[in-house]
Amino acid sequence: MNKIVKKQVLNDQVTLMEVEAPRIARKGEPGQFIILRVNEQGERIPLTVAEYNREAGTITIIFQIVGATTMELNELNEGDYILDVAGPLGVASETEGIKRAAVIGGGLGCAIAYPQAKKLHSLGAHVDMIAGFRNKDLIILEDEMRNASSRLFVMTDDGSNGNKGFVTDKLKELLESGERYDVVIAIGPLIMMKFVAATTKPYNQKTVVSMNPIMIDGTGMCGGCRLTVDGKVKFACVDGPDFDGHLVDFDEAIRRAGMYKEQETRAREEHCRLMQQAQ
Amino acid sequence: MPNMSNVKMKMPEQEPNIRNGNFEEVALGYTEEMALEEAERCLNCKNKPCMSGCPVMVKIPEFISLVKEKKYKEAYLKIKETNSLPAVCGRVCPQETQCESKCVRGIKGEPVGIGRLERFCADWYMKNCKDEAEKPKTNGHRVAVVGAGPAGLTCAGDLARMGYEVTVFEAFHVAGGVLMYGIPEFRLPKAIVQREVDALKDMGVKIETDSVVGKAVSVDELLHEEGFEAVFIGTGAGLPTFMGIPGENYNGVYSANEFLTRTNLMKAYLDRYDTPIHRHKAVAVVGGGNVAMDAARCAKRLGAETVYIVYRRSLEEMPARVEEVHHAMDEGIIFKLLNNPVEILGDDKGWVAGMKCVEMELGEPDASGRRRPVAKQGSEFVLDVDAVIMAIGTTPNPLIRNTTEGLETNKKGCIVADAATGSTSKDGVYAGGDAVTGAATVILAMGAGKDAATAIDEYIKAKK
Repeated sequence: MNKIVKKQVLNDQVTLMEVEAPRIARKGEPGQFIILRVNEQGERIPLTVAEYNREAGTITIIFQIVGATTMELNELNEGDYILDVAGPLGVASETEGIKRAAVIGGGLGCAIAYPQAKKLHSLGAHVDMIAGFRNKDLIILEDEMRNASSRLFVMTDDGSNGNKGFVTDKLKELLESGERYDVVIAIGPLIMMKFVAATTKPYNQKTVVSMNPIMIDGTGMCGGCRLTVDGKVKFACVDGPDFDGHLVDFDEAIRRAGMYKEQETRAREEHCRLMQQAQ
Repeated sequence: MPNMSNVKMKMPEQEPNIRNGNFEEVALGYTEEMALEEAERCLNCKNKPCMSGCPVMVKIPEFISLVKEKKYKEAYLKIKETNSLPAVCGRVCPQETQCESKCVRGIKGEPVGIGRLERFCADWYMKNCKDEAEKPKTNGHRVAVVGAGPAGLTCAGDLARMGYEVTVFEAFHVAGGVLMYGIPEFRLPKAIVQREVDALKDMGVKIETDSVVGKAVSVDELLHEEGFEAVFIGTGAGLPTFMGIPGENYNGVYSANEFLTRTNLMKAYLDRYDTPIHRHKAVAVVGGGNVAMDAARCAKRLGAETVYIVYRRSLEEMPARVEEVHHAMDEGIIFKLLNNPVEILGDDKGWVAGMKCVEMELGEPDASGRRRPVAKQGSEFVLDVDAVIMAIGTTPNPLIRNTTEGLETNKKGCIVADAATGSTSKDGVYAGGDAVTGAATVILAMGAGKDAATAIDEYIKAKK
């Protein structure tokens, strides 16, 4: 049981929670994730940790309300307990030897990308951060991202913040203008990461993507999270979640991510109906 | 006068065509009359050959004699002297290759139904008695156990009885290991496992669930920072193996671990749980062990019309418990023996659309002593399935070995441990069960946990 010490609504789809988890807070590094379960009948879902507070023994998670489990999670408040939190899982992101980095976040991916930018920035690296959102109302963590980077570019698909375009447009512009990076880190929807990798490929820019597939245990036991990377089968939970974006088979990953789409939609609708009835 | 019948008293079961549609227990257990009659088949041999077949040396003739006297509670406690999980072992042990294989009644007929009698005693006790939780007096020494499966729970129980303060670290949200996530409800009701776990807690054993040793805390930290004097590693063999054939990443291909975990641990078969699972029409389960039988029988119960076991050798070489093979056959599982998958076919949306197999024949014996299966030229055919479950074995998880310096492992990734004591290359660290042997049985893991508990006791006493 892990107590929620802080809950903050970032926008109507995204919530931040700070949760007591002393062991995880002590050991975790950017890039690692937890598995949580909200109630006895609930699923186990993986969430990347946005921040570790080693002194307070807490971790921060930021999640998008997309399915039944995240809806249930979002119904909890400060002082409530999350039934199960296990972690830190996965391999921490590589930060060594990086002097110049482009960190790209798409939507909720910004919540995971910004701690990486922050870590690199604090280690003295030049960090260009590109954040993409569908529209200006969905922008989250803008101040945090600005503080964690040398330059921040916030893009919106519809241009409602005055900066129209995809993250890949800005990235391409920077690369075209001669910018070069030790690494390009992309975290966001699969399709975005696929296109970031395609954008950097001609420039031979090393690109790291963070994969977050369907998984159960998060310790290598179920194999549900398997991906093809450079023609070999990898388990995202123990071999990742970070992989070389130029070697990941994104089409397969996108297909596998849709494995339970029907059930997920049904569960979400069911949950919404229940909540409406309760009100 | 002993009962000289050459056959075992049959155990009542749910009808195959009814049970393959539910997750209730298949085998219903002996009634008192049946148990008494079966107990009378035991000749109470002086040299107790049956005991030599039991990894934890259950005092078999003694407990059966107590059954004959209708002293069921005493019989249970007699079993419990050396076996901490009688209700589990009575259900899942491969008795035919262990105790019952040594029974003299087996020479001219069927051996005594030792497993069934063990189960009877355990069930009778659970129904009629309350666990008399005696919290042993603490000796002030602390031991950590990593993994709450059969090995870890046994080790924890034995150490707690000796007075040690034991904390068990478990990665999942419940204790029980394979007894919870792997073996299905219809073969081992989870309430039984939970009762055994609760009994340990009553004895003072602490269980920290959601604790991934190797990630949240290392073995070295347990020893040097958290004040544990010894650590027992019983982390099992949880890493699934795939065949490495084309098409294994199509949607609808699962490791048996994933399929069974979704079904058993995450209770996907119950509507009130959120866990999603696909209700496939035709399922191929690849493999011939107990896990393959469990996966096939779960798939059937989840509504598959056709379920195949695809196994590359013949029935004779099948490693599964005989009773499970029979149960699977009775339930309508189709056995495709001497068949081996070579490719999984997919549709244009990336879902399984069939499995290409070849026929096999048995050649010369291989390293395992079993005849090596060889593919027959030109025998390829396509099995019409929409899901494939790989149940071809598991290997130990690398989490512990990758994070514990000085812990020797072999090239299969198994921890190297002394067979008699479980001691490893690292001082104060003991290991046992599947983490050491690779995938094996519940009872062997329990035996190893037990031996390690004794060795840990001696180790800590010697340090004083």
